[in-house]
Amino acid sequence: MNNFSVLLSRFTDPTVLNTASPQAEQIRSIGNGFLIAATGIFLLVLVLTIVIVVRFRSKTTGGEPRQIAGNRKLEILMVGVPMLLVIVFFFWSLHTMSAIMPPVSDHPADVVITGHQWWWQADYKGTKAVTANEIHLPVGKPLLLQLNSADVIHDWWVPAFGAKMDMIPGTNNNLWVTVKRPGIYEGTCSEFCGKQHAWMRIRVIAQTPDEYHKWLITQSTDAVKPADSVALAGEVLFGKASCSSCHSIRGSDANGSEGPDLTHFASRQTMLSGMMANTPANVKRWLTDPQKVKPGAHMPRFIFNKDSLNALTAYLSQLK
Amino acid sequence: MSEETDLNVPEPTQSIPGLGVSNNQGLLQWISSVDHKQIGIMYLWLSLLFLVIGGIEIMLVRTQLAVPNNDFLGPEAYNQLFTMHGTTMIFFVLTPAIFGFATYFVPLMIGANDMAFPRLNALSFWMTFFGGFLLYFSFLAGGAPDAGWFNYAPLNQYNYSSSPGINYYCSGLLLSGIGTVTASVNFIVTILKYRVNDMGLKQMPLFVWMILINSFLVLAAFPSLNAALVMVLLDRQLHAHFFNAVGGGSAILWQHLFWLFGHPEVYILILPIFGIFSEIFPVFSRKPIFGYGFVVGSGIAIALLAFGVWVHHMFATGLGNTVNNFFAASSLLIGVPTGVKIFNWLATMWGGSIKFSVAMLFGIAFLVEFTIGGLSGVSFAIVPIDWQLTDTYYVVAHLHYVFIGGSLFGLLSGLFYWFPKMSGRVLDERSGRWFFWLFVVGFNTTFLVQHALGAMGMARRVYTYPDLPGWGILNFISTAGGFLMAIAVGLLIYILVRAVRSGSKAENDPWDANTLEWTTTSPPNLKNFEQVIPVKSTRPFRDYKRPDDADWNRKEEYGK
Repeated sequence: MNNFSVLLSRFTDPTVLNTASPQAEQIRSIGNGFLIAATGIFLLVLVLTIVIVVRFRSKTTGGEPRQIAGNRKLEILMVGVPMLLVIVFFFWSLHTMSAIMPPVSDHPADVVITGHQWWWQADYKGTKAVTANEIHLPVGKPLLLQLNSADVIHDWWVPAFGAKMDMIPGTNNNLWVTVKRPGIYEGTCSEFCGKQHAWMRIRVIAQTPDEYHKWLITQSTDAVKPADSVALAGEVLFGKASCSSCHSIRGSDANGSEGPDLTHFASRQTMLSGMMANTPANVKRWLTDPQKVKPGAHMPRFIFNKDSLNALTAYLSQLK
Repeated sequence: MSEETDLNVPEPTQSIPGLGVSNNQGLLQWISSVDHKQIGIMYLWLSLLFLVIGGIEIMLVRTQLAVPNNDFLGPEAYNQLFTMHGTTMIFFVLTPAIFGFATYFVPLMIGANDMAFPRLNALSFWMTFFGGFLLYFSFLAGGAPDAGWFNYAPLNQYNYSSSPGINYYCSGLLLSGIGTVTASVNFIVTILKYRVNDMGLKQMPLFVWMILINSFLVLAAFPSLNAALVMVLLDRQLHAHFFNAVGGGSAILWQHLFWLFGHPEVYILILPIFGIFSEIFPVFSRKPIFGYGFVVGSGIAIALLAFGVWVHHMFATGLGNTVNNFFAASSLLIGVPTGVKIFNWLATMWGGSIKFSVAMLFGIAFLVEFTIGGLSGVSFAIVPIDWQLTDTYYVVAHLHYVFIGGSLFGLLSGLFYWFPKMSGRVLDERSGRWFFWLFVVGFNTTFLVQHALGAMGMARRVYTYPDLPGWGILNFISTAGGFLMAIAVGLLIYILVRAVRSGSKAENDPWDANTLEWTTTSPPNLKNFEQVIPVKSTRPFRDYKRPDDADWNRKEEYGK
């Protein structure tokens, strides 16, 4: 796990304050406005409570205090001021929403992201590139993400990008995002989606347009035939041991669609939706007993012998 | 007593069953009881039992979350425990506690001898009781429900949750839901038809007003839940496709049906609390409530608006800007009548002579805590802020500030206020104060930091979390606070048991209070009243005790 903490330290902290998109900045500014108003109201209540408690504590002498049952003017003020605040924030909210969620009309989606129990699939429109969990995006231009679900409701949330959007089976949802700076952005599924909701983390790698295009071209290519014999044996086994009925590796016979596309599996830094670093040791641990590593995951336990494990690990670890 | 006291005390037309029987038959007496006081007390014990169970569940959950990457609980056990915690606390702790106080005190406060339908009253309680136990039977039947207390589709479908837990969730809530509805019918009839002769609606205690409003809320909200529960059962048992997108159903439909119930439900759990505090602040400030009509009116406004705000739970489901903006407006609007009540109570205390009983301490703490929960609630009405913070720990913090800082503080305040009347014994104020401080400190330690965790990117309902900067320490603080609250609840149970066994005898009117329940003995006899004092204002007992300073006799102190 040690090299995983090294990986983690390179993440942008996933807090709502680390804004990396104009959408998130707009949300932060209305959020700040709200925080100021709310703090004001809270302090008013707190100070009034303290003053009242100190000033009007019961004294042993003296009878009943003056019996005042109301005050029209004060009551009008009590409703009027909050009403005004409500109106201000309503129009501010309206304005922010039309800025961060303009109509989609017939703009085609740049990337289609599909939530699965418990991983993310990204299809890059117009290319053959399909990847899982680590999602690359270019910086500097407004991107339309199409969000779908393959099973239950999931929710796409990268705090640095601002908005959150559910992925609902049978429905296409959309979200605009303009990433401002290259970097690694962490997020997480935010709608409870079953056993491994906790380990359905998002990792977005934002790149300059050039780097992004290079990456996209590599990802669109087929997997290269393994060079060494152990990995080659792994490829054969991958087909025979029914890995291929759930996973795709373009350029081989494997074309399943239930699990993540593994064509360029080894180019990813993490595995199992951000659960651990993508190292041969972790791959082997996973293949040995998936239910022990990520209980509930839909990958069954195949009881592989030692040689098979080594072959499969070698094969997967060279799918750059 | 003056000659005016010779009034008819309303009671059900059939003489109250069991009145002729000796009331000293132990357990059988309780089980067979149709007396509103005994049923009220059973509701409260049931609520305490489930508070302990739901509390144990959440302590296991918090232990799992104390440190990052923990493996104290697996995901399966974790999901069952947090689901049961939420379901238990809402449906089998807060609801029965509120109904317990209402069942006990509504007839007493309106000068009646029982509820309108005593047998229906017993039925309501036992439905709730068996609903709770049916829900818990799931643990023995192969696994508790594991899709969260709001049980979203399609996670609630058989192919995603194949253990029978969700079937028990549906039938348990259906049963207790029927109990809740019948109890509400009973309250409405009791309040409208069984008030002592001269108590008009404008003389009704605010607690009774809030229960009346609340009962209408229940009648309108629960059918939506009950229908949705039946639909899930049909989906799971008979392969219907209400919520299954593949079969032509809609996953979002469940959310509409659930929150159309669920948002009124949170007001169902807070309006009676507003009623309790509207009794307690005047008594311990020695002043009338500030703006009686205003408190009633804002209660009605909340009840009406409550049915037009449910989509703020669904802002991130992609319904579009137009729908979201409409519900943003209504949700912001409902914050106004809720928020101004805080100022009503502050103004009630202003100029008063405040006595710091434990009941009042909870009232004062409530003002501050509920303001935090109310304000964080308003942030969900603002769509862009909701888009960042919904479904994170910020929501967890918010809902506990309203359910604990609001509802539970109100119930505890009510408990310390009314316990002497119900038991004839006094709850020890000294240890009560210890309980108060432990609980308040524990509560804020647990939940204040969760606002930050949410803003730092921690989603709710995760069984574990990576070791990101700050997450570990904040979660540890939260868990430590949870244990503090658990110790406080232990102390509360000790205080209660000690009071019941050997507490000092309570007077009939220990707080110099205002309303009719304090005019009878502590505890009241099986027949509440032989006669009732005249009711000419909202504070009949005070008028009776201080005839020369009576509310009805005073030149209007209002509007100056």
